[in-house]
Amino acid sequence: MIRIISILVGAFFSLALLWSFGNGAASFIKEPPAATAEALFHQHPKHYSFSSDSAFGTFDKQQLQRGFKVYKEVCAACHALKQVAFRDLKAIGYNDDEVKAVAKGFQIPVYNPATGEVNTRDGLPTDHFPPVVYAGQGNPPDLSLITKARHGGAAYVASLLTGYAEQEGYKNEKGQELLKLFPDAKTPDGLYFNPYFANLNIAMPAPIASDDQVTYTDGTKATVDQMAQDVSAFLTWTAEPKLDKRKQTGWAVLGFLLFATTLAYMAYRNIWAGKKGH
Amino acid sequence: MSDHAGTEAVLPEGEGVRRRDFINIAAVSAAGVGGVITLLPLVSQMAPSADVLAESSTEIDVSAIAPGQAIKGMFRKQPVFIRNLTPAEVEAANKVDVASLRDPETLKQRTKEGKENWLITMGVCTHLGCVPLGAGEGEVKGEFGGYFCPCHGSSYDTAARIRKGPAPKNLQVPEYAFTSDTIVKIG
Amino acid sequence: MSFPWANEYKPANALTQWLDEKLPLPRFVYNAVGAGYPVPRNLNYAWNFGVLAGFCLMLQIVTGVILAMHYAANADVAFNSVEHIMRDVNWGWMLRYAHANGASAFFVVVYAHIFRGFFYGSYKAPREMIWLLGVVIFLLMMATAFMGYVLPWGQMSFWGAKVITGLFGAIPLVGEPIQIWLLGGYAPDNAALNRFFSLHFLLPFVIAAVVILHIWALHIPGSSNPTGVEVKTESDTVPFHPYYTAKDGFGLGVFLLGYCTMLFFFPNALGHPDNYIPANAMSTPAHIVPEWYFWPFYAILRAFTSDFFIIPAKLMGVLAMFSAILVWFFLPWLDRSPVRSGHFRPVFKKFYLALVIDVLVLGYCGGAPAAEPYVMISQIASIYYFAHFLIILPIVSAIERPEALPFSITEAVLGKDESATLAPAAAH
Repeated sequence: MIRIISILVGAFFSLALLWSFGNGAASFIKEPPAATAEALFHQHPKHYSFSSDSAFGTFDKQQLQRGFKVYKEVCAACHALKQVAFRDLKAIGYNDDEVKAVAKGFQIPVYNPATGEVNTRDGLPTDHFPPVVYAGQGNPPDLSLITKARHGGAAYVASLLTGYAEQEGYKNEKGQELLKLFPDAKTPDGLYFNPYFANLNIAMPAPIASDDQVTYTDGTKATVDQMAQDVSAFLTWTAEPKLDKRKQTGWAVLGFLLFATTLAYMAYRNIWAGKKGH
Repeated sequence: MSDHAGTEAVLPEGEGVRRRDFINIAAVSAAGVGGVITLLPLVSQMAPSADVLAESSTEIDVSAIAPGQAIKGMFRKQPVFIRNLTPAEVEAANKVDVASLRDPETLKQRTKEGKENWLITMGVCTHLGCVPLGAGEGEVKGEFGGYFCPCHGSSYDTAARIRKGPAPKNLQVPEYAFTSDTIVKIG
Repeated sequence: MSFPWANEYKPANALTQWLDEKLPLPRFVYNAVGAGYPVPRNLNYAWNFGVLAGFCLMLQIVTGVILAMHYAANADVAFNSVEHIMRDVNWGWMLRYAHANGASAFFVVVYAHIFRGFFYGSYKAPREMIWLLGVVIFLLMMATAFMGYVLPWGQMSFWGAKVITGLFGAIPLVGEPIQIWLLGGYAPDNAALNRFFSLHFLLPFVIAAVVILHIWALHIPGSSNPTGVEVKTESDTVPFHPYYTAKDGFGLGVFLLGYCTMLFFFPNALGHPDNYIPANAMSTPAHIVPEWYFWPFYAILRAFTSDFFIIPAKLMGVLAMFSAILVWFFLPWLDRSPVRSGHFRPVFKKFYLALVIDVLVLGYCGGAPAAEPYVMISQIASIYYFAHFLIILPIVSAIERPEALPFSITEAVLGKDESATLAPAAAH
């Protein structure tokens, strides 16, 4: 009896699935899904390498400081960094006075309960980076976690920053020309063509436009590519400030576990010695 | 003992600890050490976090406090009393025989050089941590004219020294410094 | 306990003697996981996963209780409180990654445990109750994991909550009121977040209680074993301690090596980047997927794309997804083969292999975008999934001719001729 019921139930699900499959296959044959501009022209991030990439790699504090400078002078006008506190900057090599000076350069909104007004005061090291009011088109995301919130991480951010292209005549690696294949895919006014952005059109104009847009004080040549990499490295740190400590701890833990597991294996063999069949 | 239970582990008399027993002991010890080390982060996560530790100093403007008045500030999420003593209160504090006090300290020791009228103390009773009365407008100051803790009746004098009641110590004076004539930085 | 030759607990001193008379807890432990529990001597490494699953449950409870000390279940601050844990709390980053990856590790171990059961027929009489309780544990785990994933209040949390509660919306007539009741609103918000937090805290303790029943039920017939032949004599078993405590200790070490590699070096590999974007009710991520351990079932849900007679596709998908797990409850009565172990079932073995591949394919499709060819592949794979349990197993178990079983576990381990002489020799 239970067999008959179960076979009937099985047949019910199988038939329903076959019906779905048949319908799907029929429409797949009738109208094969058309290729989209995004599918053909969206680029995977370029290959960048950062000092913190490998399992042993650590942050390059010089680079993080350069990246912070790029953030402050280029990105901060539109993008907030609210998960990060000024005091956190000590971790990338700034001392107390420098942190205080950085904090002072930002205005923190404070609500005054006596007047009901919102005023501002100078930032303190204990404050977080303040919210950024943005009135233009688009919705600039907070950058604190951006390298963890996008596939490709830091390489994606650097690729996006350097990936702006002229849409007219743009070809992918197969030599297909975007506007010839998809005349409708023309970037609308107010948006900018960037093949590293998911839908190819981004509201942000190229933020790092020319070499030496930011003045580096450590002698590094401030090329567009260099600035893009530096700010991406900085944003890797803002997203995962404990990265170095995490990997250090990880090696210590794995080393100990390897030792303990070897001992456990030897103890296991010991105890079973003389018992056949394990 | 049954035929099976750890027969291999049982030593023939007098043979001492053999290598295999040493390994078993080492393995159990390693597990124990690992367990104890794992406990450390589980315990330390309850200690103050980085944001709490960072909020360790406060700056307060004292220019609006008239002699005889006091304000309550906040330092490490606890009240701090800043009191502008009148000459009479200073005199009253200085008249007390220090040797007779439970926690002997002079007003001078409890204030800064040249700023003897500025009495800055934590607003935390040293008995069990209530906030004493006396800093707010119209609050009871207790029989010694300083502060009075309503929880268990500790009375403090005009130098915030314990005079009566169960509290063991004077109100604590936090670390502070006048950064200008009107701004005091606590912590 | 279960066998007459089990070692008996003997208090070592006056204190344990006193304790044994008042509250025989040491005796209980001794009989449950100590030298007083005789276990088949031939268990292979597939039998390590039960203990590992228990370890994962404890790991999740400990790290979870700690995270709850720092987390705030309020839609305005939940996301930031998780970042507070990651940045400011001492070792907070490690504890949170341990919990997030611990959920994945728990499912890895439990899936291995379940598929061990599928292959070795661990669900068969007299162990049906162990199996039924196990399926209950799995369902509770899924509910717990889902609600836990909502707590960080990122984009995937929010949309996961919306989509999964939306499943209940498929129920005819009462569906929509049920969905609104579950969420305490029309979309996930504070009410949903708070109740999910409360239940996410509660359910692991319910799981722990069912685990105790699961182990209790296990101790009545005793553990199964790779031959599927029941224990006959004392030489078929060894005491759990020290034999299997040692083996489980080694297994735990290997498990921890893998788990800690993930935790410290690839902590976000199994997560989704979108969950680092704060929840936004106005914008759905381009590609929403649940956590990997739900992918096979998610693929079955999405495989139903056409209405079937009067049953809407949406309802059909929900029905099938829940049935895919509920069918496990009936497994002991669907597979009627008297032979437990797949080793001795030549036809079953092939279908078992097909099921493993099928579930992997379903998992892959469940994680892929809802587009062709993944939908068509998951339709075929879903057909096999249901056919395997509901059609193939009942028929195969009726017509299959199993291979000859060993006479006993001892014989399987030591060989037929030697068993008579070696068994006593090994025992002095």
